[in-house]
Amino acid sequence: MSLPFIIIAVVTLFAAAAAMSLRNLVHCALSLIVALAGLAALYLALDAQFVGFTQILVYVGAVAILIVFAVLLTRSDATPNQTILAPGWFTGIMISAIVFATLGWAALNSTGLPKEMPSAPEATVKNIGDLLMTQYVLPLEVIGLLLTAALIGAVIIAMKEEPPHVGSYEAEKGGAP
Amino acid sequence: MTPLQGCLLVSALFFAIGLAGAVTRRNAILALVGIELMLNAANLNFIAFWRYGPNPEALSGVMVVIFSIAIAAAEAAVGLALIIAIYRHYRTVNLDQIDSMKG
Repeated sequence: MSLPFIIIAVVTLFAAAAAMSLRNLVHCALSLIVALAGLAALYLALDAQFVGFTQILVYVGAVAILIVFAVLLTRSDATPNQTILAPGWFTGIMISAIVFATLGWAALNSTGLPKEMPSAPEATVKNIGDLLMTQYVLPLEVIGLLLTAALIGAVIIAMKEEPPHVGSYEAEKGGAP
Repeated sequence: MTPLQGCLLVSALFFAIGLAGAVTRRNAILALVGIELMLNAANLNFIAFWRYGPNPEALSGVMVVIFSIAIAAAEAAVGLALIIAIYRHYRTVNLDQIDSMKG
């Protein structure tokens, strides 16, 4: 465990906790950006440069902006004056604590985990592109199709519904307006 | 504690924070943000196991994370579109008040 890794991890976790616990939703979105950027820094510390920059481009660049847009469009940017937690919040927090305890126990007590970091692999963009065009070309096509379908679906779902026109039936039949 | 275990602990805590936010917050947008955090915790696990695994030359962990990021982006777009549609219908994104299908 190097010192930079610990510092980045602490900042990321604090930002994630702030994103989940602050009252004002705009502050939550800003904390989320810090958490996602910290995660990108963790990827860079783990020698996954391409994934780190993709994380910054996709999450910090696109998803965070999308969330800010949703906050502003649903007018929930004002600080709520009622409680921010759902009624069963204590159960939820206990369940997440149990999940963390289980995962942490499994991580700390597994015997088969590799101890040492192997030498840094050559994860250049050229290698990744080669693999995407050869071995992973079918998943790439499927992802392209999925993204197209998801974006069209998102536009259709969020499209404003037109109120039904009175007399549109007659207009279609070419009758009186 | 080995470096891999440190990564796994950070990832587990990240997942727990996301889960707690997704199940306790009233606002639908923050529930979606919690789900995004959980997806990101899984991505960190993939990268950690790829980096410390026996054969990092295969780049399989990086590939999985790239596809996972693409799927998470699609999920965020559709989820936020659903939230906007729900807001237009109910005039609220408070998950407690969207209960017309409650038995």
